[in-house]
Amino acid sequence: MAEPVTSRTVSLEVNGEQLEYDVPTRRLLVHFLRDDLGLTGTHIGCDTGNCGACTVHVNGEAVKSCMLLAVQADGTKVSTVEGLAADGELTALQQAFNEHHALQCGYCTPGMLMSATALLARNPHPTEEDVRYALQGNICRCTGYVNIVDAVVATGGKG
Amino acid sequence: MLLREVEYARPATVEEAVAVLAAHEGARALAGGQTLINVMKQRAAAPEVLVDLADLDELREIGFSSDGMLEIGAMVTCAQLQGSSEVDVARPILAEVAGTIADVQVRNRGTIGGNVCVSDPTNHFPPLLVALDATFTIRGATGERTVSAGEFFLGVYMTAVGEGELLTKINVPASSGAGDGYAGLTIGAHGTYIVNSAATVTGDAARVAIGCVAASPVRATAMEERLAGGDYSETAVKASAEGQGASLDPPSDVHGSADFRRHLAEISAVRAVLQAAGRRRR
Repeated sequence: MAEPVTSRTVSLEVNGEQLEYDVPTRRLLVHFLRDDLGLTGTHIGCDTGNCGACTVHVNGEAVKSCMLLAVQADGTKVSTVEGLAADGELTALQQAFNEHHALQCGYCTPGMLMSATALLARNPHPTEEDVRYALQGNICRCTGYVNIVDAVVATGGKG
Repeated sequence: MLLREVEYARPATVEEAVAVLAAHEGARALAGGQTLINVMKQRAAAPEVLVDLADLDELREIGFSSDGMLEIGAMVTCAQLQGSSEVDVARPILAEVAGTIADVQVRNRGTIGGNVCVSDPTNHFPPLLVALDATFTIRGATGERTVSAGEFFLGVYMTAVGEGELLTKINVPASSGAGDGYAGLTIGAHGTYIVNSAATVTGDAARVAIGCVAASPVRATAMEERLAGGDYSETAVKASAEGQGASLDPPSDVHGSADFRRHLAEISAVRAVLQAAGRRRR
């Protein structure tokens, strides 16, 4: 029988790199990424699961890393905002964010990029309505939504 | 937020999961965690042991039972319901309602089993599954039992799933021409419901369930009786709901008084029935 433990070795891929790590079972994935791995591009906005700033991909799906224990990600492939331009070249979406001035303070940007990247992977040419539905879980406290939505739609239109 | 220390187990089979749940007092099943992890952060829940169901692939399946019921594993996510051809064929309302829960990230992790086992009176699925006459299969150390939706939702945060037990699947009858409807008022788009109603309608019978007005979904039985003739004209449906609100004793809070909820109960029940009637196959 699986004996309950308070610390566990997890084996997972983060931005293409295979890692093994001992983590306390109570550690949230977002803290594991930021504090253990130093991947501070993933932001903590609300810490209550509402704002989406901590959005990362687990097996290609957008999830909020503050609502997941690191041990739940055992055996998965995780990608963070640092993984987008891994080769130093901005993705088309990141380029579009730049061109459309799709950020003000920038705090929500990593989460917006990860949610929009997941959308574009399953729907390469989203309509404005598709984009708004897909970004519902990401809050921009500057309320700069119009330019963000424009940037994502434009990325799809280019594809 | 730092969580309180918690023990964690990740069983490989349903039998093992049930055994771990039974062996540890204060153990809780961890499905998608989209409610549980958050309430643990707030210290509103403090389980001693989390039993992660992530590896139980048999709970992630959507299929059909031998008697033609749509069979949904407890670990099926909202996103899976939205993309399922089986759901689309047999009971598309499940995908429609799943698509209005929270946001993409929550729907990618949040499960139907978690949504019903939390038994929050404002959740989306409880009134829907009551209206659809779903059944719930619960596994325990001594075997398996199946309960109706009416028997499943016992109260606020309480279901028929007892200590050491696990919800494994939810069976929903295929629509067979019945129309389904869902209506209510949320706090913001796709937010928490203030009142919600679900209805399923055939040629001569309607089932209507109202959520958020009591500890568990309330069947609108008087309304159902008046609709038994099969007259689903707007006038008849509105008339059938008269007095339904007055029969309820809903809570008052910052989002709405009890009277407002009584009013919303009638309005949402009428809208759900009219939507369902318009969708039924004649």
